[in-house]
Amino acid sequence: VRGHYKIFLGMAAGVGKTYRMLQEGKAEQAAGRDVVIGYLEPHARAETEAQAEGLERLPRRTVEFRGTTVEEMDLPAIFQRAPELCLIDELAHTNPPGVEHAKRYEDIEDVLDAGIDVFSTVNVQHLESLNDRVAELTGVRVRETFPDSVLVSADEVVLVDLTPEALIGRLRAGKVYPAERVSAALNNFFRVENLAALREVALRQTAEDVEHKRAGSVVEALGTREELVADDAQQAVSERILALVTPRTRSQRLVRRAWRSAQRLGAELDLLYVQPPGRPPRGEEREQLEAMRRLASVLGATLLVEEGDDLVDTAARVAAERGTTYVLIGQPPPRTGLRRFGESLPDRLLRKLPGVDVRIVADRSRRLDSFGPPAERAR
Amino acid sequence: VSFLRRRRATGGSGRRILFPFIGSTLSQRTLDATLRLARSQDATLVPAYLATIPHHLSLDSPAPLRESETALPMLELIEQRATHAGVAVDSRIERGRTPRHALAEMLESERYDMLVVPAKTSASDGFEPNDIAWLLENAPGEVLVLRPEPTETRAV
Repeated sequence: VRGHYKIFLGMAAGVGKTYRMLQEGKAEQAAGRDVVIGYLEPHARAETEAQAEGLERLPRRTVEFRGTTVEEMDLPAIFQRAPELCLIDELAHTNPPGVEHAKRYEDIEDVLDAGIDVFSTVNVQHLESLNDRVAELTGVRVRETFPDSVLVSADEVVLVDLTPEALIGRLRAGKVYPAERVSAALNNFFRVENLAALREVALRQTAEDVEHKRAGSVVEALGTREELVADDAQQAVSERILALVTPRTRSQRLVRRAWRSAQRLGAELDLLYVQPPGRPPRGEEREQLEAMRRLASVLGATLLVEEGDDLVDTAARVAAERGTTYVLIGQPPPRTGLRRFGESLPDRLLRKLPGVDVRIVADRSRRLDSFGPPAERAR
Repeated sequence: VSFLRRRRATGGSGRRILFPFIGSTLSQRTLDATLRLARSQDATLVPAYLATIPHHLSLDSPAPLRESETALPMLELIEQRATHAGVAVDSRIERGRTPRHALAEMLESERYDMLVVPAKTSASDGFEPNDIAWLLENAPGEVLVLRPEPTETRAV
C-alpha cells in the first residue's frame, strides 16, 4: 500500500514550513508512531534545530560532485530503516549525478511506493507551471522546479502562511538568514510586493488543490460526469471551460492558460473561433486554425468553429449548449473612436452569460510593446 | 499602422525558423543562439515540442498528461524569452510514436525556411546522432545542428 503524502507549502523561505513539518512529526511520534527524519535542511536556524530535537535523524551520505563532496539524503538507508513516517525537507531539490534519481521528489515517490508515509516541504515558486508567473511577478526565476502532478498526487497539502510584514520581521530578526545576508535579501527577493504576490499565488494554489480534491471526492461519491449529466446534475459537480480563440499566434498562450485551468478544475475544455459569415479563413489564418486544431487534439480539447456576426451572441449560444461555467478571453484590443463609449467585451460577456466566470488572459507581447524589450528599455 | 503591426506580429521578413525539441530540458545556449539567429534574420521562431504517443494509444489521441505538462511550460518559457528578445513566435506541439516519427510528421505539416536542431548532451535533452543523420538526409531546406559545449550545464 502506498504511503500517505503530506506537503507543507509556503510562499517563501522562512515562513516556517520545516518547523511545522517537524512539529507535526513529533505529534505523530507522541501518538506512538515510528517517525524519522530522512533529510533536514535547518539552514542554521536555531528554532528549527530545537524542534528537531527528540526525533531520530538518519545520517546523510556523501557524494562526489565536480571535485567536491556534498551531503545528500540517503535513500537506501530510509528503505533499510523502514519507518512508518519519514520527514523529508525540500522536495524540489536537485540531486547530484550518481544517486538514484535526478530530483528529490522522485526519491520521495520511491519512499511512498515502499509504503512509508512522507511529510515534505516546498515553496510555491518551485511549482513548474507557476514558474513563469512567479518570475513575472518577482523578477526572479527559480531553477529547481517540480511538476504540478506531485502536488496533485499528494494526499494533503497544508499551507504554511505568514503575512509579508511578519516574514520580513523574522528576516530582520535574523531568524531566516545569517546577519550578513539579510540586507541583500531585503533589497532583492524579500520585498513586500514580491511576498504579497507570492502569498496570493500560494493561497490560490492551495484553494485550487482543495477544490480539485473536493470535486474528486464528489465525483467518487456520486458517479462519473456522464452519469451525472444523465441526471441533469452536471452544473453542480463539474466545470466546463470555453476559451474564445482567433487564428492568430497570440491565441496559443490563451489555450495554454485555459488548459492549465482545465487541469486544475478537472474541467472539459472547448475552444471557440467565431468566424465571420461567408469569410472562411485563408492563407496564414487557415494555417493558424489548422495549427490550433492540432494543438486542441494533442491537449484533448475540442475546437469549435462557428459562423456568427457577433462574437458575444455566438459565444453565449455555444456556452449555453455546452454547459460552460468559465469563459477565457484574450486581452481585447484597445477601444478607439466611438467604440470607447460602448460596452466592453468582458462587460458584454458578463451580461450575456450570467453566472459564468469570465477571465482575461494578458497578451504578453502587448505588455512588452508598452514597455519595450529589455534592450530598448536600457537605452 | 495595421500593416506595421502585422509585420511585427508575424516576423518582419516572413522567414520561419523551425525549432523542434524533445524532453524536459533544453540547453540555454542553444535557445539563446536560435533566438539570436531569428532576430538577425527578422524571422518568426516556430518552437515545436515533439510529444511521444505510446503504442497502446491511438496516434490521434490526446498526448499523455506528462507530455502536455512538459510541453506547455517549455513553450511558455521559450515564448517569454523570444518576446523579450523581440522575436515573433508561433508555437507547435507535434505527435509521433518516436521523436523521429514526430519530426517526419512535423516536416509534412510545417512551412519553414530553416530548421534548427538541438543535439543531445549529457546536461540537456536533444536529438540523438542517428535522428540528426536522418534529418540531414531527409529534411528539405537549410538545417542547422546546434550542440552546446558538453560541459555547459545551463538548461531551461
